[in-house]
Amino acid sequence: MVQLTDFQDLQRQAMADWESLHQDGRPIIMVGTATCGRSAGSLEVLDALRAATEKQEIDCHIFEVGCTGACYAEPLVYIIKPDQPAIVYGDVTPQLAPRLIQSYLIKDNPLPRYSIGTFGNGRIEGIPDLFSTPVFEPQARRALNRCGFIDPTSLEHYLANDGYTGVTKAFAIGPEQVIEEVKNAGLRGRGGAGFPTWRKWRFCRDAPSDQKYLICNADEGDPGAFMNRSLLEGDPHAVLEGMIIAGYALGASIGYIYCRAEYPLALERLRGAIKQAKEHGLLGDNILDSGFDFHIKIKEGAGAFVCGEETALIASIEGKRGMPTPRPPFPAVSGLWGKPTIINNVESLADVGLILQNGSDWFAEYGTEKSKGTKTIALVGKVKNTGLVEVPLGITLRELVFDIGGGAPDGKAFKAVQTGGPSGGCIPESLLDTPVDYDSLNAAGTIMGSGGVVVMDERTCMVDFARYFLDFAEKESCGKCVPCRLGTKQLLGILEDICAGNGRPGDIEMLEELGRGIKAGSLCGLGQTAPNPVLTTIRYFRDEYEAHIHEKRCPAGACKSLISYYINNDLCVGCTLCAQNCSTSAITGEFKGPHYIDQDICTQCGVCYTVCPKKANAVEIISPSLRL
Amino acid sequence: MEKIKLTIDGLEIEAEAGTSVLDAALANDIYIPHLCHHPDLKPVGACRLCGVDVNGRMEMSCLLPVREGLDVKTNSPEVGATRQVAIELLLADHPQGCLSCGASLQCELLHIADHIGVDGERIERLRRPSEPLPIDNSNPFFSFDPNKCVLCGICVRTCEDIVGLGVLDFVNRGSRTVIGTFGNEPFIDSICESCGECVVRCPVGSLAPKRWQRPSHEVQSTCVYCGVGCGIYLGVKGDQVVSVRADRERPSNQGSLCVKGRYGYNFINHKDRLTTPLIKKEGQFVEATWDEALDLVAEKFADYKGSEFAALASAKCTNEDNYLIQKFTRAVMQTNTVDHCARL
Amino acid sequence: MAGLVTAFGSGAMTNSIQEIDNTACFFNIGTNTTHAHPIIGHRIRRAVNNGAKLIVANPKEIELARHADLFIQHQPGSDVVLMMGMARVILEEGLHDEAFIAERTENFAAFKESLAEFTPEYVTELTGVPWAQIQAAARMYATNTPSAIYYAMGITQHTHGTDNVMATANLALLTGNVGRASAGVNPLRGQNNVQGACDLGGLPNVYPGYQKVADPNMQKKFEEAWDVKLSPENGLTHVEIFNAMYEGDIKAMYLVGENPLLTEANANHVQEALERVEFLVVQDLFMSETAAYAHVILPAASFAEKDGTFTNTERRAQRVRQAIPPRGNSRPDWWITAQIGQRMSDHGFDFNAPQEIMAEVNQVTPIYGGITYERLEDVNGLQWPCPTTDHPGTQFLHQGKFARGKGHFSPLHYKPPFEQTDDDYPLLLTTDRSLFHWHSGSMTHRVAGLDVLNSEELLLIHPQDAAAQGIADGEMVAVASRRGALSVRAKVTDVCLPGVVSMTFHFPEAPTNVLTSSALDPVAKIPETKVAAVRIEKLAELV
Repeated sequence: MVQLTDFQDLQRQAMADWESLHQDGRPIIMVGTATCGRSAGSLEVLDALRAATEKQEIDCHIFEVGCTGACYAEPLVYIIKPDQPAIVYGDVTPQLAPRLIQSYLIKDNPLPRYSIGTFGNGRIEGIPDLFSTPVFEPQARRALNRCGFIDPTSLEHYLANDGYTGVTKAFAIGPEQVIEEVKNAGLRGRGGAGFPTWRKWRFCRDAPSDQKYLICNADEGDPGAFMNRSLLEGDPHAVLEGMIIAGYALGASIGYIYCRAEYPLALERLRGAIKQAKEHGLLGDNILDSGFDFHIKIKEGAGAFVCGEETALIASIEGKRGMPTPRPPFPAVSGLWGKPTIINNVESLADVGLILQNGSDWFAEYGTEKSKGTKTIALVGKVKNTGLVEVPLGITLRELVFDIGGGAPDGKAFKAVQTGGPSGGCIPESLLDTPVDYDSLNAAGTIMGSGGVVVMDERTCMVDFARYFLDFAEKESCGKCVPCRLGTKQLLGILEDICAGNGRPGDIEMLEELGRGIKAGSLCGLGQTAPNPVLTTIRYFRDEYEAHIHEKRCPAGACKSLISYYINNDLCVGCTLCAQNCSTSAITGEFKGPHYIDQDICTQCGVCYTVCPKKANAVEIISPSLRL
Repeated sequence: MEKIKLTIDGLEIEAEAGTSVLDAALANDIYIPHLCHHPDLKPVGACRLCGVDVNGRMEMSCLLPVREGLDVKTNSPEVGATRQVAIELLLADHPQGCLSCGASLQCELLHIADHIGVDGERIERLRRPSEPLPIDNSNPFFSFDPNKCVLCGICVRTCEDIVGLGVLDFVNRGSRTVIGTFGNEPFIDSICESCGECVVRCPVGSLAPKRWQRPSHEVQSTCVYCGVGCGIYLGVKGDQVVSVRADRERPSNQGSLCVKGRYGYNFINHKDRLTTPLIKKEGQFVEATWDEALDLVAEKFADYKGSEFAALASAKCTNEDNYLIQKFTRAVMQTNTVDHCARL
Repeated sequence: MAGLVTAFGSGAMTNSIQEIDNTACFFNIGTNTTHAHPIIGHRIRRAVNNGAKLIVANPKEIELARHADLFIQHQPGSDVVLMMGMARVILEEGLHDEAFIAERTENFAAFKESLAEFTPEYVTELTGVPWAQIQAAARMYATNTPSAIYYAMGITQHTHGTDNVMATANLALLTGNVGRASAGVNPLRGQNNVQGACDLGGLPNVYPGYQKVADPNMQKKFEEAWDVKLSPENGLTHVEIFNAMYEGDIKAMYLVGENPLLTEANANHVQEALERVEFLVVQDLFMSETAAYAHVILPAASFAEKDGTFTNTERRAQRVRQAIPPRGNSRPDWWITAQIGQRMSDHGFDFNAPQEIMAEVNQVTPIYGGITYERLEDVNGLQWPCPTTDHPGTQFLHQGKFARGKGHFSPLHYKPPFEQTDDDYPLLLTTDRSLFHWHSGSMTHRVAGLDVLNSEELLLIHPQDAAAQGIADGEMVAVASRRGALSVRAKVTDVCLPGVVSMTFHFPEAPTNVLTSSALDPVAKIPETKVAAVRIEKLAELV
């Protein structure tokens, strides 16, 4: 058995190693190889860096790190020379990699134009301080504080950065005090509903049972959301630490991580972390001689959105089809295998670790009166700086979209922002000063959700947008209850008709009526929130619906059935690019001559619009369609 | 059993502790629409039709246990609106050929629509399903039409919780959800035992017997196949048995039947039945009257009294039949050599 | 049945179907319950889904094995060894019920002594089952109370079937699992009214109500009741009857509702016996294979065309009611027998309705004393013993006291099956039933649909054995035993053990019982249809 003193020795050793890593005179090269980095080619960049340092016979540390959140600049490479701040290079290619080695490590030219910033002590001429840039400055990186800065496969890196001190703190103060601490911190569930975490724990702790379970919900299913994935990939021990503390507070000896199988890297990181934690006595029987036993099992989910719902998730772990069951009984009283069960989101658990490491007061420094702490957010859509950010609760949507996100790209006008994924609603520009907290977002007709934020610009059709989310909800409904299964189908059918120009008078009222019925009548959260994208877009953008139905016109120029592309020959320079790229050969015209689109052949793919040189801007979108 | 007093729509009723508001209402002849509820099965709250109002809050009455003093309204505006949406959605998704559907008179969907009241024009505004799904006719005794299925899950729960087999589950997700066997194979290729328990519980015409005639009357009896001795009702039309239904009150089967008991009755009316006594003459069987046959038997048997005679009674015959055969053997034929196939 | 009479004093199912819901552990041996007794099968599966333990012991991987906590696939004919092995574990580990043994049983010491030879090595060798599995079964059976044993023909149709039954009784006595609700030793009776046929004296050694022929007092009682002289000699049993017919000792037969040519073991022998009989009367619904040998055929009414009672496997007498008129000129069996009786005797057969017959049964059959038609109108059957009209019937037997006084432990030893495999007949054939057919199929082959669900006889054979003979799945093969041969389609499947093949006996085209042996259990006189040595060959080679 591992004693507390053994752990403290381990911790001291890890800190000493971390220290020497940064002070042994060898440069450090870190590559962001989380899923986002990998899809941008970071593994090839890593290979190129290794080859280059070998070729140049440079003695250095190279390791992989998780995601810092600057997805717009992936692949990211960090180079730290002794006594210099870390330089973060963005959009690194395998071709650029040897040049960085050659230029910075050998010739001491940091190539500032490839860098997005520095961090650490000191400044480098021509490169801004990363955390002072507009993207990072308004952020408060806490749950993500180690993400992208430590090697996620290294327990030592985690230990050297306060890791597992939350567990030792918890064991020192006892389970009741742990709940008290989480209560004082004001932590609310980060998975979506924002239920006070301590209260849920209280129910479970007080439920008499010979066995209780903790489940970490890592079934992140919202389209466009990747907060949890990044955290699991970049800092897996943080989640394990939160689970150990939560299990201890609840009196649960078994924890499950329900993680979707589409997250292979997160699963690999988790398995590695669990193995390390077991080896060092941080998981298993009698952890650090505290008398507390805790075992973590991983259950891979098959990617059903509904399995993010607690009761469906439990059914799935039990080997049944993932379908929600009515509550009560609540899982905290009768959950997995009929035993009291707590399900916490990945981020909530990471926050639990932070609260125990740093204290509830520290945690509550940020946030509003009712929404304490920070929130990780996946910022996506029509916004310049897409990526993973962490902000204090209470920041406004405007700050989020414009200051951090940089507004819509290509000079387009911002139109709306959607929070909370398929369950959330759309917020128009007029409400952009709404603070990002649970209650304010609810009041605006949407929800916090797990932290997905989708930005839309003037070219986004709100009807089409609602159709997209209803298509998702309709496909992901478990099929059990009537309002959700058949109601989302009707909503989708009507929205498809409207987008296709087949909308009928009365459809908007029908959507509203059905939407209300589905919300009121559905069995679980999926159905109860599925109409939100429709209802909020009708609420804020009713005129777009009306234009579609009555005028067969898509004001955003997005719905293919309702638009035509048209070449304005006053502006056309006759470059023939559009004709060359048209996949259906619908465009005719001579070099330097006027060009025409045959509307009967055109499929509204929009390639002509995209390829038309900016200077000319001759392709226009016309709605209603010329074909009608 | 403890009795609980509660009020439904102003009527005070009594119910046993532990029952649901829905069951309590139904027991007191107060109808609340419901589609996924079955008295033999645990409630699941899937159809969302049985909502009631309790202090301004909508609760599914199938999941709501009775409480002392509970004041339930079965038709508040919110409850009514939700129910209206649910039934309209169901009807818009359902085939319209009620006249040719075997379930029509027992159809719960029609029953509910009739209760809630349906505006045809509103249904017209909803989108109709596109491609019909293929009907599974593979089982000789029943068919499964997924287009009529309302996904109440009663068949799934019946097979799991009553039959203990678990042939069926929900397959696919969203509006493509259907009831299916493992791998969504036809019934005949699944582990289905054809007991028909799901068929008799289907609230619509989705799982339906292939041959169904409403009997003119029923006679309580006992199944003739195995030693379990299931209680049955034989459905009679004219001089034919046209149906078999399980007796819910009989302790031996409590409403369940197997494939033979439920569907295996047609041998009764089979053309091969012996309908007249036959006497073998010169190697050929020749039709005879009862008197001819019985006289011959009596005359011949008289020659073999004692150890030259044996009788085999029958485990398929009644107690009374068997008693008489052994009595005849012992008392008339003067031997105890009477046995039957107990050992086979 | 004889085995349970020896142990408990009554051969019937000790407990009731409803009690299945509260049974904590089932030990099902030699019963393909979900196929042969489907509704009891449903109920057991349901109980298992709700948490009860299930041990299935069967040479074949039957449907219920899929639901079992423990499936033991032992060699055909090794049941006694298996159960004695379990008994040994229970005793060695102190899992037995000492108080029950002391208070309510006898002969325990001798039984205990007989366990000595059942060493782990010996048991494992004969059963082919790892000792750890036998230990697990013993613990599961002994530690989950109430624990119930269910068995059927799978253990009785052996030359040592009585031993097998006594082995089940030993286990129940050892653990105190008899005489209490949801426990017991429960033989599942095959036919709808096999229980009633036994109860009402359709047996050569007892009068109705198991009153012994050999007991002069009983003889006297029935002589008085029926006003005749009766034979003091026990009659012959089923297989003995056919042997006597074959030998020419029995010359006339009254055969009601049976088709022994298909259902009897060693069918070729039966056929010759039928050919030799001088006067055969067959009374049945259909022209059966057997009826072809009759001199007179009497058309009987079906169950839907007559009134009466059936007694089910849990001793429950239940009403059968006439729903439709008899087909054509057919008549209820009781009427026919009464007519013959009236022609041959001036008294005792003057019945006009089954109710009048039951009234006589009530008078002479103590266990049926209170089972009257009047009462059956109001209640859902009555379970015997029900001696008086104010007795509620008996849900489970042997409560507080065994029918014979004390429960009797039987010391047992392994006896090999009558027939062993050899070079000529290297495989063991065991018989089974299908869910979709009934016995010879005279009813079920006449139900359109059941033949779709199970259209022909199949010989189940293990892939190893099939490969050894070069037999492919679906191929026609010849099966031969020392008594007969037939051809049948092979189904290659690992539900059978290597060396064991299995068939049902529902199809006249492949009359399985031409293969089986009519070697008898010396006590119960049941033929050993569950073990026959056979040879399988590709059909092409044989022809």
